[in-house]
Amino acid sequence: MLVHRASDILSSEITPERIYHNRREFIKTASTALGTAAVISILPGCMSSSASGTVQNKAKGPYDTDEKQTPYEDITTYNNYYEFGTDKSDPAAKSKNFKTKPWTVSVEGLVKKPATYALDDLIKGFTMEDRIYRMRCVEAWSMVIPWMGFPLAELIKRLEPAPAAKYVEFKTILAPDQMPGQRPGLFGGGLDWPYTEGLRLDEAMNPLALIAMGIYGKPLPNQNGAPLRLVTPWKYGFKGIKSIVKIRFVEKQPVSSWMEAWPQAYGFYANVNPQVDHPRWSQASERRLGEFYKRRTLMFNGYAEQVAQMYAGMDLRKNY
Amino acid sequence: MPKFNRWWILKSAVFLACLVPMVWLTWDTLTGNLSANPLEDIRDRTGIWTLRFLMLTLSITPLRRITGWPALIRFRRMLGLFAFFYAFLHFITYIWLDQFFALDAILEDITKRPFIIAGVTSFVLIIPLAMTSTRKWIGRLGGKRWQMLHRLIYLSAIAGVLHYFWRVKLDIRPPVAYGVLLAVLLAFRAFGRLNIFKPQVARVGSEKSALQ
Repeated sequence: MLVHRASDILSSEITPERIYHNRREFIKTASTALGTAAVISILPGCMSSSASGTVQNKAKGPYDTDEKQTPYEDITTYNNYYEFGTDKSDPAAKSKNFKTKPWTVSVEGLVKKPATYALDDLIKGFTMEDRIYRMRCVEAWSMVIPWMGFPLAELIKRLEPAPAAKYVEFKTILAPDQMPGQRPGLFGGGLDWPYTEGLRLDEAMNPLALIAMGIYGKPLPNQNGAPLRLVTPWKYGFKGIKSIVKIRFVEKQPVSSWMEAWPQAYGFYANVNPQVDHPRWSQASERRLGEFYKRRTLMFNGYAEQVAQMYAGMDLRKNY
Repeated sequence: MPKFNRWWILKSAVFLACLVPMVWLTWDTLTGNLSANPLEDIRDRTGIWTLRFLMLTLSITPLRRITGWPALIRFRRMLGLFAFFYAFLHFITYIWLDQFFALDAILEDITKRPFIIAGVTSFVLIIPLAMTSTRKWIGRLGGKRWQMLHRLIYLSAIAGVLHYFWRVKLDIRPPVAYGVLLAVLLAFRAFGRLNIFKPQVARVGSEKSALQ
């Protein structure tokens, strides 16, 4: 059998098999739950609305939470992405024309293979996994998000950092023509662009650390950091740098954008910690979107089992 | 029917206009038009409208002098009471929706966090003003003392702007804009005391009396 593949289709444009299967599975679950199988299978356009239904999904992997997932609609219309504006509705409203194709990621620093990779080459061969993670924002609200992506550890192994590399630094794209929040304002009001984040190498290698490329089995929407973003569920949401264009392996601890903006409030680690408050508000509790009452915030956002040993012996009040 | 004069109609119109933010918020809440975090929207919107009504209340005196329309004073009490009304709703959203009446958490906030301290201060300072807003109370306290007491609104507004400033994570432009507006409104009073605007008021007054 002759299988011909048009050369002008990038592999990133083809729905990964895993995404495809997940989608089928999701439609099945959703349609059973909603009893609208016929409607959904006839009208693929309804998918986003079916995804926004409140379906109780079963945990699939060892790291998945079985908590109720935040509706697709909420995840994609209420979030922070200051490059598109400081209002929670700005990212969805102002990112429609953001270009994610073509996309390259520059790998730099103490690494065996420094180069600028086309996204497809960078992720070639990786299997997309579902990860249903809690997401705790430093502003004391939280969500449960079904991500799709691959472990950051896999990528780092492929890039082969030098032994001297102790940290990995990430940068978001700098594109003021497409990102209104990056344009210099009359009296400022922005961060020092491009957005910069970093992880200790062992944190980056932790199996929880994910490079996400989708949510709810669909490609990541622009407002959520397309085409690829970091997800570190035991840390506050702002560590999850979006639309990554640069990965740099370094010896010294990088300075993240929020550390630079307000070092007393935002530290390098930014681990979720109910005992260490933000200067302006308590971090002891959080509002899970969709819930009326606040719930108590868990140490490391409930991922202590997977991550606590990385911080053994550290004073987490100092290393916030 | 002396009751239904021009002022009655105007006052009713202003009263209804002051209720618009409340009706609008209720509508958005009931129709699911708020964001994914509706409780935060309710808290933020009642907060910002408190600040707006404080500014409107403080604008009356300068506006009277500038426009030469002293009758504007008739709306000041209503605007002030609406500032209190929105502040009260805002305070309730904090006590109820944010803290769910957890006294320990509220006490910690009120004693530890400048952001909350400023907000509570702003609210507490206008409680006596709302309570003594009637004519009866002006009589009871005496005009001069009543006026002294009601200057607490200056401090309430300053605390309110600080509260907003400390609420913002990064983009301080909106709270700074409110700060500038408040500075102008307060400066107007300070300069008024130095008799800079007095002659103008006197002129307007004399023109008026000349017309009569």
